[in-house]
Amino acid sequence: MDVVKILVDATRAAVGIPAAAYALSAIGLNLQFGYTGLLNFGHVASMLVGAYGMAVTVDLGGSLWLGIPVGVACAVLLGLLIGAPTLRLRADYLAIVTIAVGEILRLVVRSSLAAPLTKGIFGIQAFADEFFAINPIPEGHYGIGRLRFDQRGVWMMLVGWAVVLLAVLFIRKLTSSPWGRVVRAIREDEDAARSLGKNVFGYKLQSLMIGGAIGALAGMLLAIDQQNVTPDNYIPLLTFYAFTIVILGGPGTLWGPVIGSVVFWFVFEFLDGVMTSAVVDGWLGGALESTDIGPIRFFLFGLGLMWLMAFRPQGIFGRREEMLIDAR
Amino acid sequence: MPADRFRDVAAGPGAAKGDPILSLRGLRRTFGGLTAVDVERLEIERGTITSLIGPNGAGKTTLFNLLTGFDRPQEGHWHLNGGPLVGIPSFRVARRGMVRTFQLTKSLARLTVLENMLVAAKDQVGESFWGALFGTWRPIEQANERAAMESLERFGLAHMAAEYAGSLSGGQRKLLEMARALMVKPELVMLDEPTAGVNPALTQSLLGHITGLRDLGMTVVFIEHDMDVVQEISDWVVCMSQGRVIAEGEPLTVARDPAVIDAYLGRRHGEIE
Ligand SMILES: Nc1ncnc2c1ncn2[C@@H]1O[C@H](COP(=O)(O)OP(=O)(O)O)[C@@H](O)[C@H]1O
Ligand SMILES: [Mg+2]
Repeated sequence: MDVVKILVDATRAAVGIPAAAYALSAIGLNLQFGYTGLLNFGHVASMLVGAYGMAVTVDLGGSLWLGIPVGVACAVLLGLLIGAPTLRLRADYLAIVTIAVGEILRLVVRSSLAAPLTKGIFGIQAFADEFFAINPIPEGHYGIGRLRFDQRGVWMMLVGWAVVLLAVLFIRKLTSSPWGRVVRAIREDEDAARSLGKNVFGYKLQSLMIGGAIGALAGMLLAIDQQNVTPDNYIPLLTFYAFTIVILGGPGTLWGPVIGSVVFWFVFEFLDGVMTSAVVDGWLGGALESTDIGPIRFFLFGLGLMWLMAFRPQGIFGRREEMLIDAR
Repeated sequence: MPADRFRDVAAGPGAAKGDPILSLRGLRRTFGGLTAVDVERLEIERGTITSLIGPNGAGKTTLFNLLTGFDRPQEGHWHLNGGPLVGIPSFRVARRGMVRTFQLTKSLARLTVLENMLVAAKDQVGESFWGALFGTWRPIEQANERAAMESLERFGLAHMAAEYAGSLSGGQRKLLEMARALMVKPELVMLDEPTAGVNPALTQSLLGHITGLRDLGMTVVFIEHDMDVVQEISDWVVCMSQGRVIAEGEPLTVARDPAVIDAYLGRRHGEIE
């Protein structure tokens, strides 16, 4: 077992584009779930419409720099369309509707009906050349020891983490303002907020739209990195990754989603590396095949999430006293 | 004396007032076969304390819910300061000056006591999305903080300002909810059982605050079960039973009204708390 290699791979994942993209995705979800108390189980839909809004724009002959705002606008519109009919209903309706919307969108995008725009199950490729064309990083490999990235990877990471930082600053500005106090009040008790003259529906809608816009950026970041959008990338699991990250970092905390994502991807890759080596080295006496590793990884993550909810529901950053308060 | 305002008002359900801040007509709310509220006519006199009494299940809370936009009636209309309120959502009712509290206290548990107060303050530009990002809301915030701390001082909660509201005792939460409602600068305060579950010492201080509101020119309607409390601070008493207003008048008159005594004693179901 090459422990150094496993650690290097885990670190690569923890600082790489998936971690940045999921940090962004979790930042959007955290605004909705952690701060406003909205149960959005279809967060992946905003990643999908963001990525597709951008890719389709480029595919139709538009510039990538037009595609990005188009993707964001699509996600904002999606938030409006989902929120307007459901946010007046009880909280669990939003959960049901959003999980359905996420799946419906994926199925629509892969259908032959939408294929003229979305290219069906094949998806759209090579739409981000403009992004890599402006890469100022000289050709070469950068890093320390065995942890190295080429100029493309460095450029992606630089932009990705810069967007994460901007998103954190934006969320800080928003949530430390009176606006943020109102959404937290809504999370605690929406009838109380109404009785104090707050337009609860309007705030929830804004939170859904803003969180969706940030989710769209996450979707675009992943899509640009892969130069690829295909419908089956956008399965509900992505939403639950984001929830795991939010809960891991601490719902309603500023840096929670970022740290949560880094930890999530480190552990994820680490487990993968350890199990793969264990199988390859025959430590398990053939009890496991390499194809079992994927499912077992999810199994372990499920257990981890359950442990977290039971023993540290406030996550890494949350305050324990806050969790001990009975929310009467 | 506010009680003088009722000199020319004849006691009895639906009595017309000299200067009503709130008036309602033909208000009816049914839940399936149950008529929770069926009030022909009711007016609330401005600048007074009106107690709403009646046995459990009489429809008092439902009436509050209807008037403040938290529930919709099948029929009826009502006016605040002459402006119609039918179909107005609850948050707009609050902005128009009628603010209510809840029978089961709704403290915003994971906000601090001070944040509970500040969130209720009116006209904070920082509460809009663009205002939060680009507005100059800090000066307003500072003024609100001063007002909030003064109010917390009066309600004996100033030492708890930085604590989570969820860590307050039941009685303190009742006080906080009332103080918070006042941050909205209401004209009409609707208190649903503010003294329920509050110890006698705190009750006295709550009652002091309620009379204080009237002295500041506000109108108070409050739901109360304890007849001693009702006698002590109300200018006017409205008694409901089975959805209807069965008596209205000055405290002593209502307490002696046979219909009221019947409603409380002659019933087979429900208990007086
Ligand atoms: N949402 C509801 N659904 C069905 N019945 C209700 C509802 N709210 C109140 N009721 C019924 O309406 C009647 C009046 O209740 P309520 O207004 O809470 O009485 P009070 O506050 O005077 O004790 C009761 O019989 C109660 O069971
Ligand atoms: Mg009641």
